[in-house]
Amino acid sequence: MRVALFITCINDTLYPGTGQAVVALLERLGVEVDFPQGQSCCGQPQFNTGYRREAEPLARRYARVFEGYDYIVVPSGSCAAMVRENYPRLGAEDVAGPMAATYELTEFLVDVLGVTDVGAYYPHTVTYHPTCHGLRMLGLGDRPRRLLEAVEGLRLRELEGAEECCGFGGTFAVKNPDVSAAMGADKARHIEETDAEAVCTVDNSCLMHIGGVLSRRGSAVRPVHLAEILASTEEAAR
Amino acid sequence: MSGTYLGMPSFPRAAADSTRDMRLRGNLRHATHTIRAKRAQAVEELGDWAELREAGAALKERTLRHLDHYLEQLEAAVTAAGGVVHWAADADDANRIVTELVRETGESEVVKVKSMATQEIGLNEALAKAGISAYETDLAELIVQLGDDLPSHILVPAIHRNRDQIRDIFRKQMGSWGRAAPEGLSDDPAELAEAARLHLREKFLSAKVGISGANFMVAETGTLVVVESEGNGRMCLTLPETLISVVGIEKLVPTWQDLEVFLQTLPRSSTAERMNPYTSTWTGTTDDDGPSAFHLVLLDNGRTDALADTVGRQALRCIRCSACLNVCPVYERAGGHAYGSPYPGPIGAILTPQLRGVQSDLDASLPYASSLCGACYEVCPVAIDIPEVLVHLRERVVEGGTAVVRGQKTKIKPAKGHAAERALMRAARWAFDHPRAMRAGQRLAARGRRFTPRRLPVTAAGKAWSASRDLPRPAPQSFRDWWRHTRRDGGGSDAPRTGKESAE
Repeated sequence: MRVALFITCINDTLYPGTGQAVVALLERLGVEVDFPQGQSCCGQPQFNTGYRREAEPLARRYARVFEGYDYIVVPSGSCAAMVRENYPRLGAEDVAGPMAATYELTEFLVDVLGVTDVGAYYPHTVTYHPTCHGLRMLGLGDRPRRLLEAVEGLRLRELEGAEECCGFGGTFAVKNPDVSAAMGADKARHIEETDAEAVCTVDNSCLMHIGGVLSRRGSAVRPVHLAEILASTEEAAR
Repeated sequence: MSGTYLGMPSFPRAAADSTRDMRLRGNLRHATHTIRAKRAQAVEELGDWAELREAGAALKERTLRHLDHYLEQLEAAVTAAGGVVHWAADADDANRIVTELVRETGESEVVKVKSMATQEIGLNEALAKAGISAYETDLAELIVQLGDDLPSHILVPAIHRNRDQIRDIFRKQMGSWGRAAPEGLSDDPAELAEAARLHLREKFLSAKVGISGANFMVAETGTLVVVESEGNGRMCLTLPETLISVVGIEKLVPTWQDLEVFLQTLPRSSTAERMNPYTSTWTGTTDDDGPSAFHLVLLDNGRTDALADTVGRQALRCIRCSACLNVCPVYERAGGHAYGSPYPGPIGAILTPQLRGVQSDLDASLPYASSLCGACYEVCPVAIDIPEVLVHLRERVVEGGTAVVRGQKTKIKPAKGHAAERALMRAARWAFDHPRAMRAGQRLAARGRRFTPRRLPVTAAGKAWSASRDLPRPAPQSFRDWWRHTRRDGGGSDAPRTGKESAE
């Protein structure tokens, strides 16, 4: 089984800890992970803003870089959805193989490896925000929840209006800053109401926005990617 | 579309004000969340919802593909049943036809059934210019009209008003339009409804001309269908001597049997009812029963242009249920007026730029009035992939290209104000396509990370982001550098697998 990690540009630059967590988690589960250095960005910012032509070369690059891997694991619902749902709309014929081999992290864990208990230990209260593209484009369903519920020590807190968008939306956040901020404020308020120590998602892009809002509000809730929770172990915690 | 919307600001500018209106936010949150939950229940009840949704989408697609055929069939059937069919290429055409028809009756007052098509063309304003008063008889439309306001929702045009506000509008305005509000009117819903009933009853009994739209037109028999809750529509359809219906050409279904699907999906999606209280159907004229003259004005107004767009045409499937508005987090915060058209919310964001084009600041901003969360697509009873059309229209805004405008293939120029963004997108693409350059950039950012501010009040995007959110800090080391340092011999491949292409 040849498995490649597609780190995504945001994780690569801003959240390398998430990538390190994915590597640690997969290796703990006996998966050998490869990191093709030619990878960069899936092209979602360009595509979703209307610059399809700027996204095309990045889709072709993705196809070249990840050609031949059995599985490409992505710690981002949004970027995985870009590859699987939007690459066909770019009309690039040669992306079919890598497209079908692309899995969001929780899909890879639950569907391919067949595990929900990954042996993690995280003695904290956590609330989970299902990010839109994972929820609606990929149909992740209860996979992230099942993984979280199996984590030892973790107490999951229900989030009101969980399935409502946090207001990030890529360039939407700066093109419509007032609506985005209003959505973010409501999300942050619901998160604070759970009294959880951490808010968890499968997308660091949404967490960047949620975390930015929480930080500005002086909130104590910390944003954390699901992979970092799943990578935590009792040994590491001691 | 309507002149009343001309010169409105772009969506983000309008929303900057509306998101700060806490009373509006409260009204909208309460109303949309209530109906959202009810709709979910009403849909859950049906075991075959997914099939109904597919069937509705397929029926509309097939009808649109053969629209020319069905329109001619409809015209023949309406004419055979005693009606007169008029063809209106645009709003001006339609307004002129309707004004002429009302003038021919010698009347100066008309009663109206709630209608999106007549809102779209600004019919009330056109009639007013010709000295004809049009009275809205749908309760919510009445509230909007008395308040000298604009509708902000497709189904519930006065959704932005609460009971207090409605009581004040009734007290102040009813008297100048007809029967005044009763003394001491309170904000009790039953009292408000009774005041409206008495006020409207006068209009129904005296009106000689009724104007409506239609939810559906059945091609095989020439029958028009209006679906409503209050019964006021049925009054307008049956009491007057002359009935004029203004209907978009996409409202066709081929047969009565096709209604079976939509009469299930429409009420459950819009009012969350299993069946709407009133479904009125009318076919031409009948001696001694109902209107003795019936005119059907078939409205294009940009619809055939949208039909020529292979991605955008799915917007023409819309049955105006409003489910997408009620689940939209953007609509809930910005309110309907920010969309600058009678079609607000997600469906408005894809319909208006197709009907009006993307030349004005407002229309060019509409495809961006969405976080692409996809909640609208999920609830749409005719499976319109609204995010797909939004992205498609964004491309038209920033790249231009060809589109059909008034039947002519037209080269569209990119909208103004996107030059800096285009340059940035190109630069980003170049960097992403040259990972070595990207790595250099990452290292530079990492080195300066201690100096990275949490707020960035310099650039437009920086200001927009950091007005409400702290900026993230670049990491001390990118993931790819971490991998190279720790895994240099550990199996990470430097070049793409297929060989020829280098990492650059």
